[in-house]
Amino acid sequence: MSVNIKAIKQLLWIGIGSICMFFAGLTSAYIVRKAEGNWMSFEIPDPFIYSTVVIIISSIVLTFAKSKLKQEASPFKIILTVFILGIIFTALQVNGWKELTNQGVFLTGEGSNAAGSFLYILTLAHLVHLVGGLVALLFSSVSAVKGKYSLENSIGLDLTSTYWHFLGILWLYLFFFLKYV
Amino acid sequence: MSDHHKETFITKYIFSLDHKMIAKQFLLTGMFMALVGMLMSAIFRVQLANPGESSILYNFLPSHWINEVGALNPDKYLALVTMHGTILVFWVLTAGLSGTFANFLIPLQIGARDMASGFINMLSYWFFFAATVVLIWSIYVPSGPASGGWTIYPPLSALPQSIPGSGTGMTLWLVAITLFIVGSLLGGLNYIVTILNLRTKGMSMKRLPLTVWALFFTAILGVLSFPVLLSCGLLLIFDRSFGTSFYLSDIVINGEVLHNIGGSPILFEHLFWFLGHPEVYIILLPALGITSEIIATNSRKPIFGYKAMVGSLLAIAFLSFVVWGHHMFMTGMNPFLGSVFTFTTLLIAIPSAVKVFNFLATLWKANIRFTPAMLFAIATVSTFITGGLTGLILGDSALDINVHDTYFVVGHFHIVMGLSAIYGMLAGVYHWFPKMYGRMMNKSLGYIHFWTTFICAYGVFFPMHFLGLAGLPRRYYTNSSFPMFDGLSDINSIITFFALSGAVVQVIFLFNFFYSIFKGPKTTKNPWKSTTLEWTTPVERIHGNWPGELPEVKRWAYDYSKPGYEDDFVPQTVELKEGEKDV
Repeated sequence: MSVNIKAIKQLLWIGIGSICMFFAGLTSAYIVRKAEGNWMSFEIPDPFIYSTVVIIISSIVLTFAKSKLKQEASPFKIILTVFILGIIFTALQVNGWKELTNQGVFLTGEGSNAAGSFLYILTLAHLVHLVGGLVALLFSSVSAVKGKYSLENSIGLDLTSTYWHFLGILWLYLFFFLKYV
Repeated sequence: MSDHHKETFITKYIFSLDHKMIAKQFLLTGMFMALVGMLMSAIFRVQLANPGESSILYNFLPSHWINEVGALNPDKYLALVTMHGTILVFWVLTAGLSGTFANFLIPLQIGARDMASGFINMLSYWFFFAATVVLIWSIYVPSGPASGGWTIYPPLSALPQSIPGSGTGMTLWLVAITLFIVGSLLGGLNYIVTILNLRTKGMSMKRLPLTVWALFFTAILGVLSFPVLLSCGLLLIFDRSFGTSFYLSDIVINGEVLHNIGGSPILFEHLFWFLGHPEVYIILLPALGITSEIIATNSRKPIFGYKAMVGSLLAIAFLSFVVWGHHMFMTGMNPFLGSVFTFTTLLIAIPSAVKVFNFLATLWKANIRFTPAMLFAIATVSTFITGGLTGLILGDSALDINVHDTYFVVGHFHIVMGLSAIYGMLAGVYHWFPKMYGRMMNKSLGYIHFWTTFICAYGVFFPMHFLGLAGLPRRYYTNSSFPMFDGLSDINSIITFFALSGAVVQVIFLFNFFYSIFKGPKTTKNPWKSTTLEWTTPVERIHGNWPGELPEVKRWAYDYSKPGYEDDFVPQTVELKEGEKDV
């Protein structure tokens, strides 16, 4: 692995460490705030469960991109599938917010409670990072169409994959955190 | 990027990708902000010495900051204190210090042509620049800049209607700090990756100069702690602008009952100080790194206990994440938790003492060259000790409670963090000026600058401890309204005298700096007879640092006065003799 590629990969990993600290800050605030009392309890709406399944599937699908390269085939369709799954995930999250408001759980205003606000903010913050992942997938699919990827030259795809898997793991963490903590 | 290529004015001086130019951009922006911050402190010191009176210095302020009799408005006093803190902590001692020296020294001292990503590096500066513009702009909005203290505790920061500065000024403060954090993170990522990957042949981690080690740990601290400030700010923005209740509860303001229930300002403090304490070391570690380098060079001795120096940097960096509660002893914290934070805080004394011991042992019986840089480096050690000693008092919850939020605290952190870091920064500027601009600064002016600054700075901050012990609270607009503090007005006047004198003597430095850029005597390649790689580059700046091949490193960075060599320094590029051991 050339020095440059190694450096770029490290850059991403350290960036991921940074993002982890951001969410660690938010979730630890959640714990501290919950301990203060005045905390509303409510069920996590179903769309968030479906979105969890979707993002897991998307990560599994993405692992096949590399095997496509091994077969010297284009990973374009795989990447596109992951992108579409990402869009479905986004739609499900928005749906989840809708369900929340139907339940009477609001982000702000009269009657809102930090428990609900935290859920909105954590999912929103995750989604903002996911948009970055979608953009990366878009770039990777364009590169795949142009036939830029090969087994020897797949740095763009590798970085996109790492980040996308991270987004999946991050969501799993947030989901189980919100459900069980 | 290996060769020197043609550059236009814009690519050379403005949107430069060259780490050395970006370092200078950080330095000049940092110096400008330091002047702004210092002027602010001079102005509020005048108010403290002559409360309610007019002053010629107030002409620097927007006219609506001054009342009919020409005195400073109380809310604008708070604005000045807040902006002074914000500017000095973040703009000068974080970006100005790390931004300058990490950018300048990392590639030069590890033998790299540039940073891992020149583009990210440039972005990092321009985010910082944008943050600077927004922060300066916030000073001129009609309701004034943020005024709730640099720690922006809610509810003052969360409710736009609470004080004048909580409106637009606070919003702009948050925008500025967000841009600032993005810039810092981009910079930090780059520094870490560069140090890990782009070291030249032979430059193992064990051979890194201590400056690079210090900047490395600083970058790690930044990358891990600034995101937490971002999450803290995110919740604050939602409370401010969208009506959530993370930090707010049961508030009646101007007769209006707010709907917020259950939030806790203490939660904000936890998140804020989780960044806030590592931030202290983000400020301090680069100064200690610079100091190590300059003290070894000018003592003509190897740095004492190199491994212990690295180890203590690591220990300090680690401990800085588990001590944030010592800023919050007065929040009704469980006394047991308080004692845990006391314990972790006092533990920091151990690696700090190791560093001080090693600095002193390096100086011991050395053939010291007292250059201006060396004097400032020794001054860093001096204030690290004097400020650190009061840290022992403040770190102990039982003692801290008595002087909490008094001038004792102001004196403590200005000496240990403010002065140490500023001295480190000035030492760095004097020492690496020849490398930056190819010319020498004037030594005599350097000495005058050092001694006047040193005396004035102690004159300002030393008496503050007595004010604090007498119970004088910080951040008060005036001390003349309380009979119990009447006896302290003389001390306040003395402090103001030293503060103003200290501000004026910085003109000497500014003159020396700018005059020497253009008219200073030309330097030689290695004016301080130093061992590290940056002094093997040509005097003329080239993009790519070394013409031809990169240098190869054969030994550690501190071979000064090594027996068996004619010169009293052996550059890192010199081959080991047969049978000679590298340390």
